[in-house]
Amino acid sequence: MDTTHPQVLPEGSPLVRFSGVTKCYGPLTVLDKLDLDIAQNEMVSIIGPSGSGKTTVLRVLMTLEKINDGVIYVDGEPLTHMPKAGGLTFSTERYLHERRSKIGMVFQQFNLFPHMTALQNCVEAPMQVLGLSREDAEERALNLLELVGMGEKKDQHPTRLSGGQQQRVAIARALAMRPKVMLLDEVTSALDPEVIGEVLNVIRSLNSEHNLTMIMVTHQMGFAREISDRVCFFYEGKIAEQGSPEQLFGDPQNERTKQFLHAVLDAS
Amino acid sequence: MEWRWEFAWEILPRMLWATGNTLLAAGVGYTIAVVLGLVLMLGQRTPYRLINMPVRELVEFVRSTPLLVQLFFVFFVAPQFGIKLSAWTAGMLTIGLHFGTYLSEVYRGALEGVPKSQWEACRALNFTTGYTYRRVILPQAFPIALPGMGNYLVGIFKDTPLLATIGVAELMHTANALGAETYRYLEPYTMVGFIFLIISLPTAMGLRRLEAAVARAQGNTRH
Ligand SMILES: Nc1ncnc2c1ncn2[C@@H]1O[C@H](COP(=O)(O)OP(=O)(O)O)[C@@H](O)[C@H]1O
Ligand SMILES: [Mg+2]
Repeated sequence: MDTTHPQVLPEGSPLVRFSGVTKCYGPLTVLDKLDLDIAQNEMVSIIGPSGSGKTTVLRVLMTLEKINDGVIYVDGEPLTHMPKAGGLTFSTERYLHERRSKIGMVFQQFNLFPHMTALQNCVEAPMQVLGLSREDAEERALNLLELVGMGEKKDQHPTRLSGGQQQRVAIARALAMRPKVMLLDEVTSALDPEVIGEVLNVIRSLNSEHNLTMIMVTHQMGFAREISDRVCFFYEGKIAEQGSPEQLFGDPQNERTKQFLHAVLDAS
Repeated sequence: MEWRWEFAWEILPRMLWATGNTLLAAGVGYTIAVVLGLVLMLGQRTPYRLINMPVRELVEFVRSTPLLVQLFFVFFVAPQFGIKLSAWTAGMLTIGLHFGTYLSEVYRGALEGVPKSQWEACRALNFTTGYTYRRVILPQAFPIALPGMGNYLVGIFKDTPLLATIGVAELMHTANALGAETYRYLEPYTMVGFIFLIISLPTAMGLRRLEAAVARAQGNTRH
């Protein structure tokens, strides 16, 4: 039982809080006592070298992986844990099922359901998980497919769509659950250069017009600089440095950050 | 010995009746195998060692011994331990178990053929495990399993003559009996071979078409 973490966070706490989160794979510590707060409507970018734990941050928040220590809170409530006898204990599957819909995730490889059309991909979860009627779910899905510019392709299967189009459908699919926070894991890394722009445009509009809370792992430094409220630089499972884009890209303090930015900016 | 049409014509009704039994045996055996295969696959996949270990051993054991030996064991040896089964029951259970172990491997391969990322997408959308299987995993695993399932359907059909050895009145058994009664073997055995051929070939072709149709319906292929 964990006594250092409260059962609920006080009013006015951030939407997402990582509190001393540690994640290990066997002997390898991938997240090392991570503390990270994400405010409502904040757009946070995560950058850092490969293997520094960026994807893992999103995966533990999406509850795709269990953590070893610490607590993740969403909306003031513990997510990885649940209250028990004055303290906290690891969440049951049932407790997770009641809360997981607050979080949405878009994957590097889209992970659309290949046997369903674009529309069906977006309709399933709202119907099954949120209990929407078919009409309501389809209306919601159509609006979102329009939003990402995929309305005309609603009846196509993913195999008939380009990578950029698939990724836009995947974004619509995640949005259809109306998550409180969206997680984007290198959503343009698997795309051909000429279609990256169309996906970035969608993210841009989600940020500026819809004010969605987002955590975005990205290698697109220009994009991160342009749209983020805050940028976190990850190094060996820790946040080595974080700050506003101007600060982090314009005047990095940490040696690791400087080296990393040099390396990626030289490369591009 | 030369081919005699009038003899062939004369034994045709009995051969056709036996064909019915062969088809029945293949159908019943396959149905048992399809269901048992599913049970065995689930047994192997459960996280409980107390279940998955013995099931894995059983599958390994059954897969590495010949069907004929298993048939003899169940029909001739088991009664000595007090388990008395009719030829049909023993035959159907043994074929069902034997091919069930093969089908469990087909299912396992098919499930593993669905990328892990599909599971993760479902979890991120907060689907229940049951719904994930029903709507996402099984529909994608089915086309992968279909060729293997089809092969074993034809495989079971072609192995039904083994049932003659324990006295099930299928085609081979009937041909043996006719030979013993009339001392003519050419016509009965030729007809057995021919009947197997004209059933196997179209079945295999039909299965290929079914595979293609399922793949199309799933939207997994471009046209
Ligand atoms: N399922 C896993 N099993 C073992 N090690 C893993 C697993 N997933 C990730 N890792 C390791 O954890 C570290 C961090 O991975 P990840 O979060 O994917 O890094 P990033 O996204 O920053 O490149 C890497 O060293 C990676 O090899
Ligand atoms: Mg990564």
